[in-house]
Amino acid sequence: MRIFDPHIHMSSRTTDDYERMYEAGVRAVVEPAFWLGQPRTSPDTFADYFDSLLGWEPYRASQFGIRHHCTIALNPKEANDPRCRGVLDLLPRYLAKDGVVAVGEVGYDSMTPEEDEVFAAQLALAIEADLPAMVHTPHRDKATGTRRSLDVVRESGLASERVLIDHLNELTVAMVKEAGCWMGFSVYPDTKMDEDRMVTILKEYGTERVLVNSAADWGRSDPLKTRKVGEAMLKAGFTAEDVDTVLWDNPVAFYGQSGRLDLAEADPAEFYAGNTIKRGG
Amino acid sequence: MTSTTDPVRTLEAALDGTLDERGRRWLEQAIGRVAERGQAVLEVFPAAGRSCGRGPLPGMPGWTVDQAARARLLLALPQEGAPLGELLFDVYRYGDAAERIAVLKALAVLDGADPAEGGADLAEGGRAPGGRLGGHGLPIVRDALRTNDTRLIEAAVGPYAAGHLADDEFRQAVLKCVFVGVPLSAVAGLDRRADRELARMLADYARERTVAGRDVPQDVWPVVERHPEVMQDRGRQDVHRPERIG
Ligand SMILES: [Zn+2]
Repeated sequence: MRIFDPHIHMSSRTTDDYERMYEAGVRAVVEPAFWLGQPRTSPDTFADYFDSLLGWEPYRASQFGIRHHCTIALNPKEANDPRCRGVLDLLPRYLAKDGVVAVGEVGYDSMTPEEDEVFAAQLALAIEADLPAMVHTPHRDKATGTRRSLDVVRESGLASERVLIDHLNELTVAMVKEAGCWMGFSVYPDTKMDEDRMVTILKEYGTERVLVNSAADWGRSDPLKTRKVGEAMLKAGFTAEDVDTVLWDNPVAFYGQSGRLDLAEADPAEFYAGNTIKRGG
Repeated sequence: MTSTTDPVRTLEAALDGTLDERGRRWLEQAIGRVAERGQAVLEVFPAAGRSCGRGPLPGMPGWTVDQAARARLLLALPQEGAPLGELLFDVYRYGDAAERIAVLKALAVLDGADPAEGGADLAEGGRAPGGRLGGHGLPIVRDALRTNDTRLIEAAVGPYAAGHLADDEFRQAVLKCVFVGVPLSAVAGLDRRADRELARMLADYARERTVAGRDVPQDVWPVVERHPEVMQDRGRQDVHRPERIG
């Protein structure tokens, strides 16, 4: 089973995690820029954080046989702090980097006017930088937040196939599918979404444009959830190709729209044997 | 010994033979923007790999196409001296790993070294006539040497570091290479700059490793053996270069 985790915060994981992920079949990850738990108070600390997403973390990942890319943005939580607004001025130079495959995580946390403004500004930056966008949906009042996110995307002029709406559940998946955006699901140990519910959703909505991630970070989370979803899919009667579609081809197709996905070393020959090779790029 | 060639011409000749039409056009435009407004380098520098390619550059061993293109962009900067050093630090500071390595490699070129010669003149203590950076790139070298990224450390110990780092800093840089596993063959000017104090530091390091029952990297011995007296000092007699096997 080859796995591309399209949303995982490796900066907060240990080298043991990298080892276990590689063993489980993970060969590529995307680490979206997000909140760090402890709020930041100046754009400089964001610059340092972006640098680590582009420098140290891909280097660390490569030592465990895993390709690491990232998405860059001012996240909705910190968009509300006026001290962080200067991050928007730093974004153009960071969005130009090779390792950046989307603008993200953008979207809503509490749906404030500040969040509206920063969300829209960053979708405009995505168009300018010719990058897709990765949208976080809020934990509170999720359905409203998802609907409003889809409205903002529509108004931005960014094509729906270049947008991934993440952290979906049974109540929000249909509107995203209908809008033509990619559907992301974060599978957690005890909240939000588990592997059995995920399989049920896949049965109902199919595998097309569906991405599954572990969203593992510094909170309670499990970087092997992608693998566990793959196994649950097989047990429920999905084929190995279906699993490959969800856990590899779909993330490659979505982030491949950036033209910057580099999976050269992440695609060891053993995975090719007898398979068709699909690559974004 | 000083260089008699022009680094700009060397880079352009090598790039000319490699870039396709699209890459050539991109580079020409980018050079124009940078020459007109130095700060523009921050916006064009990241795209050099995607626009020009990342493969090895024929005719310039150890250089890739994107590194050469980036060095060419930096040579187009109108600044010199301290302002040049400050702007280079910004390019490095906001750069990803590939960009940082390119800045580090370009330091010698901006100091007038001929990239085709691997900066040998600078590493050997010469001063090229075209240099306009002087010691103002040292903060970049120091930053890279503080990281734990072996790619950056290896790029930092090039001819520019050999030409400009103070003795104590140079020794620490060599020791860092040994610690993180950067081969000493990567250290430019090592022959010229390896002194008795460096030999002592490496002999002490070898002793520590031996006491801990760990291997000693083979490449420390040639430096140590140039000052055999450091092995005779008290406390170091139990360190010996192991007999070569096979
Ligand atoms: Zn996240």
